[in-house]
Amino acid sequence: MTATDYRSRADRARRAIAEQTSGPSYFDLFWTGVAGFFTLLALIPLVLVLVYVVIRGFSRLNWAAFTQLPPPPLAPDQGGFANALIGTLIMVGIGALVSVPFGVLAAIYLSEFSQGQVPRWIRFATNVLSGVPSILMGVFIYGLFVITTGTYSAVAGGFALGVLMLPIIVRTTDESLQIVPKQVRWAAIGMGASKFQTVLRVVLPAALPAIATGLTLAVARAAGETAPLLFTALFSQYWLDSLFQPTASLSVLVYNFATVPYEGQQRLAWAAALILVGIVLLTSILARWATRKQIY
Amino acid sequence: MEHTAQHTDVPALKNTETAIATEQLNVYYGDFLALRGVNMAIPERKVTALIGPSGCGKSTLIRCFNRLNDLIDSFHLDGRVTYYGQDLYQDVDAVQVRRRIGMVFQQPNPFPKSIYDNIAFGARATGLKTDLDALVERSLKRSALWEEVKDKLKTNGLSLSGGQQQRLCIARAISTQPDVVLMDEPCSSLDPISTLKIESLIRELAEEYTIIIVTHNMQQAARMADYTAFFNAEATEDGKRSGYLVEFAPTQKIFDQPAQEATRNYVNGQFG
Amino acid sequence: MASSTSSPKGKPIEARSQRSQWSDRSFTWLTRILAFGVAAVLVFIGVQVAIDAMPAIRRYGLEFLVTSSWNPVDDAYGALPMIYGTLVSSLIALVLAVPIGVGTALFLSEDFLPRPVRTVLSFMVEMLAAIPSVVYGIWGIFVLIPFLDPIGGWLHQNLGWIPLFGTTYRGPGMLPAALVLTVMILPIITAIARDSLISLPPALRQAALGMGATRWTAIFRVLIPAAFSGIVGGTMLALGRAMGETMAVTMLIGNSNDLNVSILAPANTVASLLANQFAEAGDLQIAALMYAGLVLFGLTLVVNILAEMIVQRVNVYK
Ligand SMILES: Nc1ncnc2c1ncn2[C@@H]1O[C@H](COP(=O)(O)OP(=O)(O)OP(=O)(O)O)[C@@H](O)[C@H]1O
Ligand SMILES: [Mg+2]
Repeated sequence: MTATDYRSRADRARRAIAEQTSGPSYFDLFWTGVAGFFTLLALIPLVLVLVYVVIRGFSRLNWAAFTQLPPPPLAPDQGGFANALIGTLIMVGIGALVSVPFGVLAAIYLSEFSQGQVPRWIRFATNVLSGVPSILMGVFIYGLFVITTGTYSAVAGGFALGVLMLPIIVRTTDESLQIVPKQVRWAAIGMGASKFQTVLRVVLPAALPAIATGLTLAVARAAGETAPLLFTALFSQYWLDSLFQPTASLSVLVYNFATVPYEGQQRLAWAAALILVGIVLLTSILARWATRKQIY
Repeated sequence: MEHTAQHTDVPALKNTETAIATEQLNVYYGDFLALRGVNMAIPERKVTALIGPSGCGKSTLIRCFNRLNDLIDSFHLDGRVTYYGQDLYQDVDAVQVRRRIGMVFQQPNPFPKSIYDNIAFGARATGLKTDLDALVERSLKRSALWEEVKDKLKTNGLSLSGGQQQRLCIARAISTQPDVVLMDEPCSSLDPISTLKIESLIRELAEEYTIIIVTHNMQQAARMADYTAFFNAEATEDGKRSGYLVEFAPTQKIFDQPAQEATRNYVNGQFG
Repeated sequence: MASSTSSPKGKPIEARSQRSQWSDRSFTWLTRILAFGVAAVLVFIGVQVAIDAMPAIRRYGLEFLVTSSWNPVDDAYGALPMIYGTLVSSLIALVLAVPIGVGTALFLSEDFLPRPVRTVLSFMVEMLAAIPSVVYGIWGIFVLIPFLDPIGGWLHQNLGWIPLFGTTYRGPGMLPAALVLTVMILPIITAIARDSLISLPPALRQAALGMGATRWTAIFRVLIPAAFSGIVGGTMLALGRAMGETMAVTMLIGNSNDLNVSILAPANTVASLLANQFAEAGDLQIAALMYAGLVLFGLTLVVNILAEMIVQRVNVYK
């Protein structure tokens, strides 16, 4: 929108407002009340979800929860989600291992080396990719990997999470790199540093705190994802002893155990949900706090 | 090109070697002719000041000298820029050019690293095998910053004051032992005291380095420069303003008896 | 002109080391390939799903989109109920979330509250987006569905003559799924609406207020119209998200493959169909699921591309 556009809009508004006598204050009060009420409405679910997850989940968090295998259906309050916790960590790790170098290097191209329309299109595609439903990432990896290898596996789950993280990583890295002032690049280039040196020794280190924050958030998000794992990693009641076998994860455990009629498993599902919420909320809060201490 | 000064008009230049010269240099940003027909020979180990009204192409010119303009997509030039006779735009690697011809920018721009690493960066990047500690000390002493920072070499360069940061940038620029140091309004963001410090530093550095400095401050040019080039911008046929060199001569001459009316007006503050 | 040999300085500039040139070139190429790779992944997903869907596409053609049977025993597949469920659940969520989200954005971008309070509240709204979908699911099953029991009963009893409330409330169904979707897309709408409100030139508001407009007249007549495209862009993004949202919906919608207009009845969406059946499906069923997935991919792609175009246009003028 151009300045003239705004001006003509303001003109129209002036006329529109002149038509109506300056509104009585209860008009304003009413709408302020509505907006405040909506804000309250938006916040209630957050509070309710957190309260329930903490109350229901916390009572079931004991040592066994972290160290034992999932319980059989009819065993109340036994067992734990140890294998699922390990599975989540491993699959998130695999996902990060694939997508972090991929995404960071791609972002370096976008922000440092590209020119013209190309970066615009790639950024566009990246944003669209981040809007692709996560269940389709699972479908994609199923067709690409599970069918080819003939088995559900931690690797397949990791890849699915990797695809999910990729656009987020590209975007946060791209944004973090662009915050680094041009002058810093000029300084390095002006000293006879090559492109490679400029990016790796100056720009990337300068952007590192911001990038690290973004990566942490992406990884935490991935840890809470369920849909991409449903038919790539599937689930398992047992310890993981190979990366090429069905693998349990916390999020799939929540899904499986929340939808069965056995109270023991349901209670464990709440506990696992608490862990997931804890991971995501803590990283979000830490990331928020960390961005305050950034260089640029 | 009636306004264009020929370096042969300048007697003093005959006694000294030319570090950087331009021949019929036209600089474009896309279709826009930013600088036209610049011929000048910049003597080595002297301070040469570039002055002129805003937008006349001083920064454009100085960035041609170390090929920093290569970073701008739309930039191109015709004519020649030579460095001791070697054409900088013909079969020469821009990165190598910048190792010989260093630059200090308008805004102090230390790397967000420690003071030590700021200085050591150049040596590390160019693979110079040298005693880094000694290099850091030498460069900081040369730029008159050593006494102020010798106890805190590990602190971040960004934590220094503006004037200190700029001296750090100068130390960084000379750490790789370039022949030429380009400075684009290095004092414009600094307070008067820092400015004086940097001016006297520049005078000293001229014993060793060829210095080309863009400045808006007439007194500054008069105080420190051996030679001064005055640029102006004038509308061409198509109505766009392109810059050109009006006069290039020893500073004294530019200020006391300029050959051109426009120069006289500008240095007397009657410009425009 | 100086000769280049007589000066101790000014030795000719030599070529750069092979290694340095090589590292520059290969690094640039590596990053370029990977950047194009990101875009390629998007295309690759579509192509892969389309290939796997081929058997079903050949067999059922476009009829797949308008038939409503899902019967693995007879190999009869049609995705109409799920496509309907996807669209309806998303639309209900939008209808509820847009006013709440825009209201919240206004409340948090104007100065009704002190700045620190607004910052905290904005952060809390953002946190809604951080809670994993499966957690909304478990919360919905054990808290929301029982809570809605009396409300669902009341709706059916008193408004049962409207087809929308034409069945009894039996728990899992369109209503709880759409409500949780509302909560989940709320932060997207709020964030983008707030961004576009905040980025309006202050002169705009001052002009309106300066002419004696009250605060809310200025908001309705000037600020909301000016921020409109941003709000629309955010709404589109939220729509894309809602259509693809899987876990919470799967856990709450009842997964019934029959088309039912009543929002109190169980329903299904494409995403939750996939979540439910994929792991245990046979060959042709997989192809049919892939076909449904392709439909979902197409739908979200169109919505997201539109959303991006709108949001980008807004950002250009920031
Ligand atoms: N990257 C660029 N793209 C297009 N035009 C440019 C670019 N940089 C500078 N110009 C134009 O070239 C002309 C000269 O600019 P330059 O920055 O060299 O002037 P200057 O003499 O350094 O001015 P100042 O004293 O304000 O720094 C100006 O008209 C400017 O608009
Ligand atoms: Mg300039």
